[in-house]
Amino acid sequence: MSNAQLAPVIPEIFIALAAMALLMFGVFRGEDSTRSVAWLTVLALAVTFVLVLNAPSNGEPTLAGMFISDPFSVFVKCLVLIGSALTIIMSIGYIHREGMARFEYPILILLATLGMMMMVSASNLMSLYIGLELQSLALYVIAAIRRDSLRSTEAGLKYFVLGALSSGMLLYGCSLIYGFTGTTSFVGLAQLLTGDTAGHPPIGFIVGLVFLISGLAFKVSAVPFHMWTPDVYEGAPTPVTAFFAIAPKIAAMALFLRVIIMPFPEIVSSWQQIIVFISIASMLLGAFAAINQTNIKRLMAYSSIGHMGYALVGLASGTVEGVRGVLVYLAIYLVMNVGAFACILCMRTKDGMVEEIDDLAGLSRNQPMLALALGIFMFSLAGIPPLAGFFGKLYVFLAAVDAGLYALAIIGMLTSVVGAFYYLRIVKVMYFDAPVEPFEQPIGGEMAAILTVSGFATLFFFAYPLPLIAIAQTAAQALFP
Amino acid sequence: MSDWPLLSLVTFLPLVGVVFLLLIPGNKEIADRNARWVALWTTLITFVLSLLIWINFDTSTADFQFVERADWLAEGVGYHMGIDGISMLFIILTTFLMPICILASWDAIKTRVREYMIAFLVLETMMVGVFCALDFVMFYLFFEGGLIPMFLIIGIWGGDRRIYSTFKFFLYTLLGSVLLLVAIIYMYVEAGTTDIPQLMQAGFAPEVQKWLWLGLLASFAVKVPMWPVHTWLPDAHVEAPTAGSVILAGVLLKMGGYGFLRFSIPMLPDASEYFTPFIFTLSIVAIIYASLVALMQGDMKKLVAYSSVAHMGFVTMGIFTFTVQGIEGGIFVMLSHGLVSGALFLVVGVVYDRVHTREIDRYGGLVHRMPIYAFVFMVFALANVGLPGTSGFPGEFLTLIGAYKVNTWVALLATTGIIIGAAYTLWLYRRVIFGELTKAELKNIVDLNPREVAIFAPLVAAVLFFGFYPDPLLNVLHASVANMLEQHQAALEATKAAAMLAAK
Repeated sequence: MSNAQLAPVIPEIFIALAAMALLMFGVFRGEDSTRSVAWLTVLALAVTFVLVLNAPSNGEPTLAGMFISDPFSVFVKCLVLIGSALTIIMSIGYIHREGMARFEYPILILLATLGMMMMVSASNLMSLYIGLELQSLALYVIAAIRRDSLRSTEAGLKYFVLGALSSGMLLYGCSLIYGFTGTTSFVGLAQLLTGDTAGHPPIGFIVGLVFLISGLAFKVSAVPFHMWTPDVYEGAPTPVTAFFAIAPKIAAMALFLRVIIMPFPEIVSSWQQIIVFISIASMLLGAFAAINQTNIKRLMAYSSIGHMGYALVGLASGTVEGVRGVLVYLAIYLVMNVGAFACILCMRTKDGMVEEIDDLAGLSRNQPMLALALGIFMFSLAGIPPLAGFFGKLYVFLAAVDAGLYALAIIGMLTSVVGAFYYLRIVKVMYFDAPVEPFEQPIGGEMAAILTVSGFATLFFFAYPLPLIAIAQTAAQALFP
Repeated sequence: MSDWPLLSLVTFLPLVGVVFLLLIPGNKEIADRNARWVALWTTLITFVLSLLIWINFDTSTADFQFVERADWLAEGVGYHMGIDGISMLFIILTTFLMPICILASWDAIKTRVREYMIAFLVLETMMVGVFCALDFVMFYLFFEGGLIPMFLIIGIWGGDRRIYSTFKFFLYTLLGSVLLLVAIIYMYVEAGTTDIPQLMQAGFAPEVQKWLWLGLLASFAVKVPMWPVHTWLPDAHVEAPTAGSVILAGVLLKMGGYGFLRFSIPMLPDASEYFTPFIFTLSIVAIIYASLVALMQGDMKKLVAYSSVAHMGFVTMGIFTFTVQGIEGGIFVMLSHGLVSGALFLVVGVVYDRVHTREIDRYGGLVHRMPIYAFVFMVFALANVGLPGTSGFPGEFLTLIGAYKVNTWVALLATTGIIIGAAYTLWLYRRVIFGELTKAELKNIVDLNPREVAIFAPLVAAVLFFGFYPDPLLNVLHASVANMLEQHQAALEATKAAAMLAAK
């Protein structure tokens, strides 16, 4: 194998080696090395970030057609790396306070990140599955990392069983597709499904496609494969929830985009109605089911279901604009959720962590800056202009209208009004209700830094959005040869 | 001077004040006092700057003036500011009312003063931005962005049912606005731009126009508010703090009427023509129904709120007559109503600050203790009735002339609204001001203090001045309105010609 073939894979190789090295370091240094392992992991992610930016990304499949590095994968990998690094930084204080300081924790995140990077760069159903499983297995373990907590182990087990089921469906779909087309390569599939075949794809292949989409829908927690999300979000330790809500969601959505767009561009009609359906269902459920939640982590779970629904609106349009919309959406989603979960991680009274919405009552008086930040994130998640979240919605709905999906756009817009209700409820609790027990202060330097940066990014995104849009445009075009 | 980006300055200057407010140190008392002064100075300077716009405004042209452009979101979606005769006066109205609002909150707001002032200044930026924006997406941004500070103003500093009211206000408005957004997106996809002057030339197909028009209506009708989507208004008005009500009635409601003038009519001429009977019907219902409801209110603020709904009925009716008189009258009613209803809320606020009730029955005979107050109240009550010599008259009169030109029945029915309007306003005045002063809690009530006189003096002056001499306002409108009607006629004839051609 020549160097030229390996060059695009260097970031992944580095991250794998770093994970092994850190594992050794942790084993020899023992439990009290967690803090240094965590910061070293962040460093490794930062180095990987630079490597990703510098790796060749010409869109040529390498490693025997298994792996592809193009502007699209670079864009998503950057988001994933930022998400992972920030969640590790956010966790450091928490894991030490709450007695879950195990050095495996950051390393598992690192391994999951490696899986995500593989997923994003997969150009073959086989490598897709391997990346997905590497990610998923690491996630199962992280969900249950508090071995002595009943809720955490339950969350891990639930996630594992349902995740395995979905992986099975996905694999079954892949095998059907292979059986009816004779190839697992995205490029090969795209070539097969052109012209006449595109008009009448074999029925067995369609069944396989449905299974494939079901498996992917599970990973992005789209309705009707969302049931695990609220339970796992609530049960897992909060920093783990933050991680689940950010990087894996982004990676899975990117994978979804690539698997649907790259091999099947000519058979839009075969998958479009499925995507439209799960998109509408996710938006509706995300909006209505969240109304009665009292636990903020469960609320964020439904919120993320809804947000994946909005992202799928872009995919449903199946155009470059649509993919660009999804990518912009994911980038903004990353910022908003990092900020929101950083706020949730600051919800700590002298008796320990709290996660009821009512515990936020009167936060605007006890900690005005924290309340302001959470308020900004909530208005942004609700999609109120001029905050960043609005622009995410704008671009996906732009694509939907462009593709003639008017009903989808109108339903999506209306659900965002319902969604606004429960985001506003949090603002109401913080600003209108009488104060309760104040949270512990100070919130820590790294938290304050993350909150400041993400808050400013959300608030002032409108001032200079062009660069992000331009990069997302390039990335989106990479999926359309 | 004219090289300055004057519109951007006026729009974003309040945000500079916000930065100062955020930086205020010190203990609560000093910080509160400083916050009030910073807010007052910011709004005053903004007002003075906005007067420069009026001074330098060229009334002879219908073109957009003070234009600023920059790249922003994408091709066709840029940062584009500019004003014409229709929008200019709304900017002045906004900047004029803001210092008054700050002064009105001087003593009434005692908790979280700094946050309150920040919310108002952000709101000012959003409001001015709405009237300056020459890009539909920018307009939408400002239009919706104003919801956030208003939501907080009602929710934090409002009355007992503030949470219900503020949620209703926010969600009602948002629901209308998302449909507007779908329409904007469709226009963008269709025309490739959201630039307002370009969209006015876009010429959408008549069938498409109807759908777009309904999307726009969903948002503007809620904002105006038109019957039957007005129900958020009485709630929001009653619960909002006094200054919040002033801004709500004075400026936020005008965005709906402005929306019709800026978007619905120039961009969708055929649909506007098609839906005119519909608008007339809703306007008449609003005028008569809201006036009757106002007659029976026991709460002063609610009464003024329903009177706003009725006055806005005149606005929509006047605008959709497509006559010079009707449209200029509609705009004049909006401007006058901005002053008068804002002032009426302040009038209510004065006694509310003293007695802490808005029940009309709890008052009576105030003239014996508060002569200046009685005079001020009288001026605004008569202006609300539309008495000649007050600013309420020219606008309503012009809209009725416009209505007579196109439909006698509409004009006739609308006129009954004026009569009922006189009834509820004068009855309110009689019950509050005249009669014997028997209520115990009113025995020691004091007249207006110098601060309150300073609040009301400019309003009284403006109401009387523009009542006797409306020309300065109307002169600004003439060129733009005439041009708008010309374009409207041309567009309708073009459609007619196309239809005839197709029929052949």
